[in-house]
Amino acid sequence: MAGRAVVEGPESFLRAITSPQSIAALQLTFLLSAIVVLIDAVMGTLIAWVLVRDEFPGKRIVNALIDLPFALPTIVAGLTLLTLYGPKSPFGLNLAYTQAGILLALLFVTLPFVVRAVQPVLIELDREMEEAAASLGASPLTVLRRIILPNLAPAILTGCALAFARAIGEFGSVVLISGNIPYRTEVAAVNIFIQLENDDPGGAAAISVVLLAGALLTLSSLELLRRRGSRHEAVA
Amino acid sequence: MAIVVRQLTKRFGDFVALDRVDLEIRDGSLTALLGPSGSGKTTLLRIIGGLEEPDAGAVILDGRDVTRMPPQARGIGFVFQHYAPFRHMTVHDNVAFGLTIRKRPRAEIERRVRELLELVQIAHLADRYPSQLSGGQRQRMALARALAVEPRMLLLDEPFGALDARVRKELRQWLRRLHDETHVTTVFVTHDQEEAMDVADHIVVMDHGRIEQEGTPRDLYDRPANAFVMTFIGPVTTVDGALVRPHDIDLLPDPEDGAVEVLVERVVHLGFEVRAELVHGDGHRTWAQLTRDEAEALEVTAGRIVWARARHPRTFADAQAGGREVPTG
Repeated sequence: MAGRAVVEGPESFLRAITSPQSIAALQLTFLLSAIVVLIDAVMGTLIAWVLVRDEFPGKRIVNALIDLPFALPTIVAGLTLLTLYGPKSPFGLNLAYTQAGILLALLFVTLPFVVRAVQPVLIELDREMEEAAASLGASPLTVLRRIILPNLAPAILTGCALAFARAIGEFGSVVLISGNIPYRTEVAAVNIFIQLENDDPGGAAAISVVLLAGALLTLSSLELLRRRGSRHEAVA
Repeated sequence: MAIVVRQLTKRFGDFVALDRVDLEIRDGSLTALLGPSGSGKTTLLRIIGGLEEPDAGAVILDGRDVTRMPPQARGIGFVFQHYAPFRHMTVHDNVAFGLTIRKRPRAEIERRVRELLELVQIAHLADRYPSQLSGGQRQRMALARALAVEPRMLLLDEPFGALDARVRKELRQWLRRLHDETHVTTVFVTHDQEEAMDVADHIVVMDHGRIEQEGTPRDLYDRPANAFVMTFIGPVTTVDGALVRPHDIDLLPDPEDGAVEVLVERVVHLGFEVRAELVHGDGHRTWAQLTRDEAEALEVTAGRIVWARARHPRTFADAQAGGREVPTG
């Protein structure tokens, strides 16, 4: 793919990724993905917390449902979202062809990454650490800030990185609800598809390379953070 | 800090961890809560520390009822069985934690942390993470961390349980010395009677969520209130249906009043101590603890017939469930 982009020459590569429509699509993709990841971080951690620390009826079912977005074909997810939040929404909430609709679709497919990354770490987290902090005078908020979050941070980051990498390339769940309006609701992956449809494989490859680079950059910075954070994990 | 506990009860489901426990702990004392696992000793410690809420009863610290107060408000230092190190912080930051969240001036924090790390002899490890420390070093760090906030009482849950024998002995003496220097009211939980007798000046023996007896180590050893305490606090054997300490059995070469005929089955030499395993005529087994000199003077050898006389035999109304002592002999 990268070869394809290069074969076409650096000029056409630059032209392809700097066309106003491509720039708009890339901007929208990265911006929405960033927002989605921030929401994932908070919501995912909260859900993991409730699943690990609280007891409530139906907890097992909820726990099993978390993986649904992973198991569901994304186009089916897209169709479901369109049914629920499209023009015929049973809730009277029409998000079709809006950026909010895309946001919702991306949230749906990426939330499990953070939940599933945080959950096992939270299970293993030594409760006595929190009790020790409390006995030393730390308020519940201080315990959260100084003890719990620092211990969860690597897992939250891992989940966020995976979620981001997934979000920037998401196609199936977005393509139906976004309506693919150029400059407004067209994300990069859909932009690639349309360029191919318009018989411009070079342009499609160029955008693909940008997405690929984004994903690789995300994962490698994650690895870097992990290495820095692993100093105190080493068992002597 | 004086600790008073009134009618404390705690259940976990059907299990009664504490059953109407009353206890007073003197200001400045060093007390051991001693008992087998499931006796309620750790639950009692955690309730005093505010880490667990009782179902009924009260905890009064220096005359103030703190039963419903969170641990933050109690002025305690708590040391956990597995030390509960903050694993994402260096040793220095672990010890500084209590002071940092109190927003003390930086210079004061640095001075205090250095003092404490020197006190527990791990100043050279200040920049390490807990995972890079040995068990004994983690224990010292946990102690320094608890002491940093100048607690008015120090609560320790099985503080030496996870350490090997040599380190355990060393830290035991160190805790005793620390207490003699600081006079902080200290309560620790243990299931090891030797540890309790070695370190504490007051021992509270617990079983099945109740206090069986409390007193000085000497008191408990010499005047156990029931069979449970007698059995738990030191070695015990039986002669003529009475409980006896093996070192309270005299072996005599000839028949005498109150002595029973026994066959020496085996003689075990344990350095200074000699253990003679004995069989009565009816097949009942018992054993006596002698000094090496006593054993040599008597020529105790396997196969010999001797006469055994118990010096302080005790029988209890209920040998198992801890009734009142009935003096005999």
